[in-house]
Amino acid sequence: MISDSVGSSKIRLIGRRMFVLTAAKAVVVFGVVGRLISLQINESKKYKTLSDKNRFREWRFAPPRGVIKDYFGEEIASNQKVFQLHLIPENAENLSALIFRLKNILKMSDNAVSKIQKKIKSQKPWDPVIVSDNLTWAEFSRINLFLHELQGVEPIISVARVYREQSSSHVIGYVSKISKKDLQQKNYLANMKAAGMRVGKTGLENKLDSEIIGNVGHKRYEVNAFGKRIKEVSIDQGKNGKSYKTTLDLDLQNLSAELLKGKAGAICVMDIYRGDIITMVSSPTFDPNKFVHGISTKDWRELISHRDKPLVNKAISGLYPPGSTIKGLVAISALENDVVNTKMVQQCSGSIELYGEKFHCWKKKGHGFVDMRKAIKESCDVYFYEVARRLGIDRLSETARAYGLGDTMVKGFHEEKTGVVPNTKWKKQRIGKSWYLGETLHSGIGQGYWQTTPMQLCLMTARIANGGYDVEPRIVLGEKSKFSLFAEKKKNPKSLEEFFNTEQSKEFDDTTIDLGYKPLFRNQENINFVKEAFFGATNEPGGTSYGSRLGKKEFMFAGKTGTSQVRRITEQQRELEIKNEDLPYEQRDHSLYVAFAPYNEPKYSISVVVEHGGSGSKTAAPIAKKVIKKLLERHPLRQQVHDNYKGEDV
Amino acid sequence: MFRSGSIQSHLTLRDKIFSLDLTLTICIFLIGIISFFAMYSTDGGQFAYHTKSHIIRFIIFFSLFFVISFIKTSFWYGSATLFYLGVLFLLILVKYVGLTSSGSQRWLYLYFLNLQPSELMKIGLILFLAKYYHKISSGDVNKFRYLAQPLLALLFPVILVITQPDLGTSFLIAVGGVIVVWLAGVKMKFFAYLGGLFLLSAPIAISFLKPYQKSRILTFLDPSRDPLGAGYQITQSKIAIGSGGLFGKGFLDGSQSYLDYLPEKHTDFIFTLFSEEFGFFGSMTILMIYILITWRIVNIGHTLRTSFGKLYCYSFATAFFIYVAVNMGMVLGLIPIVGAPLPIMSYGGSSMLAIMIGLGIVMSCKIHKDQSLG
Repeated sequence: MISDSVGSSKIRLIGRRMFVLTAAKAVVVFGVVGRLISLQINESKKYKTLSDKNRFREWRFAPPRGVIKDYFGEEIASNQKVFQLHLIPENAENLSALIFRLKNILKMSDNAVSKIQKKIKSQKPWDPVIVSDNLTWAEFSRINLFLHELQGVEPIISVARVYREQSSSHVIGYVSKISKKDLQQKNYLANMKAAGMRVGKTGLENKLDSEIIGNVGHKRYEVNAFGKRIKEVSIDQGKNGKSYKTTLDLDLQNLSAELLKGKAGAICVMDIYRGDIITMVSSPTFDPNKFVHGISTKDWRELISHRDKPLVNKAISGLYPPGSTIKGLVAISALENDVVNTKMVQQCSGSIELYGEKFHCWKKKGHGFVDMRKAIKESCDVYFYEVARRLGIDRLSETARAYGLGDTMVKGFHEEKTGVVPNTKWKKQRIGKSWYLGETLHSGIGQGYWQTTPMQLCLMTARIANGGYDVEPRIVLGEKSKFSLFAEKKKNPKSLEEFFNTEQSKEFDDTTIDLGYKPLFRNQENINFVKEAFFGATNEPGGTSYGSRLGKKEFMFAGKTGTSQVRRITEQQRELEIKNEDLPYEQRDHSLYVAFAPYNEPKYSISVVVEHGGSGSKTAAPIAKKVIKKLLERHPLRQQVHDNYKGEDV
Repeated sequence: MFRSGSIQSHLTLRDKIFSLDLTLTICIFLIGIISFFAMYSTDGGQFAYHTKSHIIRFIIFFSLFFVISFIKTSFWYGSATLFYLGVLFLLILVKYVGLTSSGSQRWLYLYFLNLQPSELMKIGLILFLAKYYHKISSGDVNKFRYLAQPLLALLFPVILVITQPDLGTSFLIAVGGVIVVWLAGVKMKFFAYLGGLFLLSAPIAISFLKPYQKSRILTFLDPSRDPLGAGYQITQSKIAIGSGGLFGKGFLDGSQSYLDYLPEKHTDFIFTLFSEEFGFFGSMTILMIYILITWRIVNIGHTLRTSFGKLYCYSFATAFFIYVAVNMGMVLGLIPIVGAPLPIMSYGGSSMLAIMIGLGIVMSCKIHKDQSLG
């Protein structure tokens, strides 16, 4: 037996040492309690946030874009159901095997696969990667068949942009994936990050993008540490993009595109009072749907290497010398500046020699003695050489600018070109040389430095046709315009043309100045004279577009042809009388036509440009005739729609 | 010697029950009850495997606690060396027939439970050393001859456990042993020597560490080093505890644990789960109960008159406290993750068995304090 209370000294030592340990324990307790206070009280908020960040994951989805409709409510750009395939990397057991499998099932290219792999690396493992955003039904069902072995992929039915009519590809534009440039230029895209988001690139899709894009929706889930969704916490459906009605008429768009098929060119039609753009068609066209899901390299190459540049909206980006279509404007400028009067007579013998240079009329035999009306009607070049000589380029350019040339006119279309209205100052600045008088003569018949878009020519004609007021084009209903402001102040006049054509119009001058509808004339008689001369050109024998007239009185229109040279005609060629058709395509003349209709109560203006189409009377005018016929046939319908949503219109 | 008479050596069961330390017993029971709820929560609010098995174990081991309490201290004193050697034998046995899990060979398969002998060694070593120092006179304590044996008794199991490998448990075994040696009166200078030796051998020891062990230490020094790797546990645990706030997220509403962000939530990180659901007040409640348990054991030690009893109770109380402190310090991000369970709370039979045996012997000391060890 061992004594168990051997010295109390031993016990005391144990007690002493235990005391030290107890003190140490107290220190530890303070440490633990302090840490608890720090974590659970002082920094609790921070950790609560971190905990929520752990718990919640957000899946954002792109809202359907607003629909773009024509004036009659026909959908031009809408949305369709598409089958997509999403891949959530963290759900996949073996990612590379899965991708290999998908590659086989969908027959994807190596390039597409490496793009997907790059995308996977660039984002969070729980963010879905879109493997394909537009599966065919066959692919979609094949995927569904193999779905049980494809852990980590999700077939999804979504909506995507679809364009039903290629006639409007240019004016409507197209959407495509967001680029870095888009992010820099469009601030609203900052909050728009979502899988499958598309952004407007051109045309109205671009102009209206910030509203039409809608608001991104999200689903927030509580997820566990393995990324498995436990429950839906909140859902925000987002907001569908705003839909827009435009002033376009899809029927006319289709007809115009049909008429331009196989040709390169553009047709513009607008309301001469409201400025409503009714038609804006460019040819050849392209399939905008290809851009929605990413255009293939092959298709892209085809588009950009095409001779006739299908991607260019020639109505606002195509630049052409106006040719003889400018003659009405030259006449107005000369008359308004009192340089000549309508009675001035000039002899045309087919050419004229001035400043040691020979200037030719298109009619080799010459027009004989011509006054201004006949000169417009038969498009005598020699007469206008003389008018231009007396007028001078600077006064002409001033008038041209007033009537809408030389500047962008359709708001919000970044692709629109300004064109060129030449004058002495312009030449000095841009070319660095002095102006030659000979150049004034060429400018008098719309040749030389002039560069105009079909839209500008249409607007110029509208401003002449409405009696000389500075109507401005618009394309989106509900957008503030001069007309809408005017109508507001006038307490909804039944229609602007009614107002123009009643005695009220006497007070119009003052009102328009108030409202910004500015008369562009000094003496409206000068405008009316040109309109009447245009009537002669179309409806009287000998007129340049007589062959394209419409006989019915209410359909009668008035217009001016134009044939713009794209090359310098040598004396030799003139002697040989080489026909336009015999020239290589690139050297053939552009065919132009501008008109307004109906003549008696003008409502619409039109411009037609056919690249390398030969003379204006041969190619452009017959096209215009068909468009005008349809346009006037559809006018009552348009008027009816207009009356019905007048309130919305303003 | 006069107390070693025969009067007290015949305590009736009734006497024994009445001389149980009520506070300590209630505290153990409370921790048990709390652990049921915590376990129920780790099972996702279901009365599932972990909960059931934890409750059954608690009932068995809590009963065992009483049984051990009612057995004379002299029996425990007498069998201390045998107990130590038995566990040591099991530790060696584990080397050969042990079950391996996550790269560590720690368990013996015993049909009803996978026994982890290293847990039992925590008690075994304290028991053995308490007896050893009880036997030698205070004058001999610092003699070299008497230093060698405890050192060997300590190093042998510690090395066995380190090589399992199980750094956490071997550390806790060593700490328990060192405390007995310290309380027995071994001079400071020997601890200093030992410390110096340890520091010198540290670089060598580190080279023997498994990569995950190294990474744990490095991660502790900078948890953001590898937020999804080894630092993940510390970070997620801190988020869970911190986000609990003052009152907690509510029972079964601990999103961190419920959504599996928390690793090992039913074993080492059970405190984290409880803290998340019951907040600062919950954490403090548990901490206070543990402190109360420690305080009661020390108090029992005060009343004892044998150096064996005193050494054992003081050492066990301190070791118990250190288990708690290491576990809490670990989940609170104060010390590296070493893999130390929270006594009774954590899921794990061997740990609970060891603690209950330890507590049972304490209680036995109290009940039989007036009996001799002979």
